[in-house]
Order: sequence, then C-alpha cells, then structure tokens
Amino acid sequence: MRPLLEIENLRVTFPTARGDIDVVRGVSFTLGRERLGIVGESGSGKSMTGRSILKLVRAPGHVTADKLAFDGIDLSTRSEKQMRAIRGARISMVMQDPKFSLNPVMTIGEQIAEALLTHKRLPRREVNDRVHSMLESVRISDPERVARLYPHEVSGGMGQRVMIAMMLIPEPDLLIADEPTSALDVSVQAQVLDIIDELVRRKGMGLIFISHDLNLVSSYCDRILVMNTGEVVEECKAGELMKAAHPYTRGLIASIPRLDETRDELPVLDRSAWAKA
Amino acid sequence: MIALSLKDLDISYGDTQITHKVSLDIAEGESFALVGESGSGKSTVLKAIAGLAPQWTGEIRVLGKARSHGVDRDFSRICQMVFQDPYGSLHPRKTVDATLGEALTIHGIGNRSARVEEVMGSVGLDRKFRFRFPHQLSGGQRQRVAIARALMLKPKILLLDEPTSALDVSVQAEILNLLKRLRREQNLTFLMVTHNLPVVSFLCDRLAVMRQGRIVEVADIDELKRGDLKESYSRELMQISAAHAT
Ligand SMILES: Nc1ncnc2c1ncn2[C@@H]1O[C@H](COP(=O)(O)OP(=O)(O)OP(=O)(O)O)[C@@H](O)[C@H]1O
Ligand SMILES: Nc1ncnc2c1ncn2[C@@H]1O[C@H](COP(=O)(O)OP(=O)(O)OP(=O)(O)O)[C@@H](O)[C@H]1O
Ligand SMILES: [Mg+2]
Ligand SMILES: [Mg+2]
Repeated sequence: MRPLLEIENLRVTFPTARGDIDVVRGVSFTLGRERLGIVGESGSGKSMTGRSILKLVRAPGHVTADKLAFDGIDLSTRSEKQMRAIRGARISMVMQDPKFSLNPVMTIGEQIAEALLTHKRLPRREVNDRVHSMLESVRISDPERVARLYPHEVSGGMGQRVMIAMMLIPEPDLLIADEPTSALDVSVQAQVLDIIDELVRRKGMGLIFISHDLNLVSSYCDRILVMNTGEVVEECKAGELMKAAHPYTRGLIASIPRLDETRDELPVLDRSAWAKA
Repeated sequence: MIALSLKDLDISYGDTQITHKVSLDIAEGESFALVGESGSGKSTVLKAIAGLAPQWTGEIRVLGKARSHGVDRDFSRICQMVFQDPYGSLHPRKTVDATLGEALTIHGIGNRSARVEEVMGSVGLDRKFRFRFPHQLSGGQRQRVAIARALMLKPKILLLDEPTSALDVSVQAEILNLLKRLRREQNLTFLMVTHNLPVVSFLCDRLAVMRQGRIVEVADIDELKRGDLKESYSRELMQISAAHAT
C-alpha cells in the first residue's frame, strides 16, 4: 500500500545576517496509517518539519525537498489555493501556540462551527448541538458557557482542547499535532488522546505527534523519530525509546525528573559530546 | 515568616465564580505547587495575586501586607509572574533586549546592558538572541525570555504558571536546576502551577490539588513521593503519572 506521506531530503532555510542557516537539514521519512512521534530538544526543527508539510513556513523561510508527497499528491507543486483545499479537510495541524492560532475576535463556539461548516452543510440548530458535543468530548464540562467565550477567556489547557476539537471535526486523513496536550493535566490528557486514537483506529488517520514528553510519546505512539539540530539522529519503535542508543537521546532521557525524584540536580545535555562544528 | 497568604479567596470573571474559598499559607523560601484539573482555576489564583484578576473577595497577603485589588508598582518589585502562554505574553514587535530592559527603565534601574546579559546567561540564552524578535525564536527559547523577564527586578516571590511545560526535557532540566539554585541563593519563594507531578517532586516542598475551583488536598512532597495522597482525584493524577514513567 502507498504510504500516506513521503518526505525525502526536506530542508528549511532561513536567511540571517551571517548567511543562510538550515533549521531542517535533509529530513526523510514515510508515514503510514500509524502514530509517529517526533521528539528532540527545543529548536531542533520539529515544528518547522510539521509546518513544511502544510506549506505553512512563513517567508523568509524557504522549503525544499526531493519529495514531498501526501496520498500520491505532490505537495511541492500545489498552489496556495490548492493547499487551502487540502488543509483542514485532509491534513490538519494542531499548532503549538493555540491562542496565537485562534481568532481573537471570534467566540470559541463560532470558530468550531466554522470549522464544521467548511466540512459539511448543516442546519443552525444541529451546528450548535455538534459544537457542544465536540466540546464535551474534549472534556469541557460546561460547553454552553465556554462556547460563548473568546480565546483570551479560556484556560491554557482549554485553548488546546478547543484547537484539537476544531482540527478533528473534519476527520482529516493526516493530523499533525504539535505539542497538543502540553498544558493538560494527565487525566484530561489521557481522554483527549483516546479521541485522537479512536480516529486513527476507526478511520485509519495518520498521526504525527510532536512532543517534549518522551514518556508520553513512548507509551502512546508506534514509532519515534529523534531530532537534533535539524536532523533525524535516531529512529526507533516507540516502546523501545527508553532503550535508545544515541547519546543525545540518552541525554534527553536522563534529564527527565521522576515521580520519586531524589537527585538534587538534573543532568543537562552536554552538547559538545556529539554536536558537529 | 509567611510570604504569601490566601484566605477564603473567591475569584470571579463577570457573573461566573471561578474559585471557592481558596486558602493557603506559603512560608518565605518555600516552593509550593498548585496542580489539578485543566480549567479548575489555577492560573486564575496566580492572576488574582498578581493583580490581573481584580474581581475577588477574601484576603491576599504578601509578606504580611494586604494586597489591594489593583495593579501596584511596589508590589511588582516583590512579586513577579511568569505566564503560561509564552506566545501571548511576549510583545511581538519587541526584541528580547527591549522586553528584558523594559522593567529596568520603568523602575529607573541603571546598568541595563550588563543586567540584561547577566540574566540571559543565567537562563541559558545565548547572547546572539538579544536582538531577535519573538517570531525568530523557538517555543522553548521564548519561554526562557519570559522567565528572564521575571527575574530582571530581583523579586522575592515568583508566581510561575507552567514555567516548563513548553520546554523540552533538557531545557526543562536546566530551568528547574536554575530555579532551584536561584531559590537557594536569593531565598526566593515559589508558587508554581504545573500539571507535571515529577516536576513537583523535584522542585517543591508541598503541593495543593485543585479541582473545579476548590483545593481538594494539600500534601507534603514526601507523601507524593511515597504515593501517599489521600483524595481519590489526587490519586488518579498520581497513578496516571506513574503509569507513563518507564
Ligand atoms: N524567522 C526565523 N528566522 C530565523 N530563525 C528561525 C525563524 N523561525 C524559526 N527559526 C529557528 O528555527 C529553528 C527551528 O525552530 P522550530 O520551531 O522548528 O523548533 P522546535 O523543534 O519546534 O522547537 P520547540 O520545541 O522549542 O518548539 C529554531 O532554532 C528557531 O530559532
Ligand atoms: N478573562 C476571563 N473571562 C471569563 N472567564 C475566564 C477568564 N479567564 C479565565 N476564565 C475561566 O476561568 C476558568 C479557570 O481558568 P484558569 O485559566 O484559571 O484555569 P487553569 O486551572 O489554569 O487551567 P489550565 O490548566 O488549563 O491552564 C475557566 O473556566 C476559564 O474559562
Ligand atoms: Mg516547536
Ligand atoms: Mg492555567
């Protein structure tokens, strides 16, 4: 079967005063109807990789790839207009910065309704019902009140859940989730992840799950890519992440605090150990 | 001495009451965690203390002094807040340098440049970032700027709203070590909101668990480490956290 997503030699370049810098440097991977985790330290190029797939890297950033294909469609030759038809409906992305991505002058309810209506025509009453049940499914207990709020009036974790609700309503084929649950308590997080999982299993949706939480990714995903300074340095089965071999990955794992923590100081990465000049 | 005391704090936005009778005493030099359900009012408690959610009844005392309902400049030298949302809280058209220097200018403090560089260094931000704008930084880099900004005035109390949830684990470790060191060196008091119980275990002395606007349990850190929380909701959080760990 054809993979859902094929990426070869992806590069994202930014011009700076001291010349061009590549923040993504030759990333290649394929994705089936599976849950792929991407981990790696801050600035390693995870979000830029995700945004490249939707062609959402803003100028002056520049994206090139030998291959960038989604479901057999060559994304690199798609116009902006053609991309708009793909975004949301077929590939959607939960952005790392939910409040930044929500429209500040529209209520939460209006925004979810809009996401729903681009997908399907429905009578007004039914739209409201669907919006409320979507909010309930991401465990917002008083959907009537929350639907009337503006983005700055919801909590951090509620903003994330609203984003997830909006991105899931069209039932995309591929979901790119960039730190989608970093502001959620573990109990709500587990339930929200179950909803995403349900779409992966029922609809065969592909998932790219970008996260700093190595424990979470290793228990939730199928496969993991570890990124460092724009490159994939290690790939492994999710369940084997904690046995990873690369010193960079080992360094990340060592720095995670434990529930019964006794260390007075946490080890931090010794970046000189593997960094290239 | 009690650094921060909350008594029967009811906070509302418009007609919606968010918290119900929140009471806490946090000692000077203590590191106290507020954990619990998303939407339960944790950020709201910090905002009320910082003067950003003025519609409250009850009592807020900082170093023995009752707090008024508005913004208070002397107060902001003592008590600084790091916001949950590093995207919204940094001005998009201000460089890192402008963001960090602003408070020094407002409070008429000199030696601006040296202090900016010193604080950038202490949060692990390379000096090459000094004249960048927020959109030229990664998520983690922005959060380090937000933490640096709170440290500029050398406050006594830090209100930290999810200070490391946007950070990768290695930068999180650096920031947690940094916060621990700063607290020891400057006898800082922390009130920290987080949903990460291992972070609480590393950095805090006590914790309160919130749900639906109420504190359901206050516990010592040793009780958390031993898995000895009492309330069923606290136990649920603890058990899910333990199940993730490998
Ligand atoms: N407009 C820009 N100009 C220059 N460099 C940029 C720009 N935007 C992003 N970068 C750089 O690109 C690199 C990759 O950023 P990206 O957002 O992909 O990181 P990330 O892995 O998602 O990090 P985080 O975990 O902190 O979100 C970072 O080093 C960032 O500083
Ligand atoms: N400006 C506002 N106007 C109206 N309601 C608000 C406002 N700010 C917050 N709220 C409401 O207050 C409640 C508590 O929000 P708060 O941000 O304190 O939650 P939290 O415990 O910090 O959650 P999270 O862990 O998700 O950040 C939420 O129901 C939210 O919708
Ligand atoms: Mg990112
Ligand atoms: Mg909050």
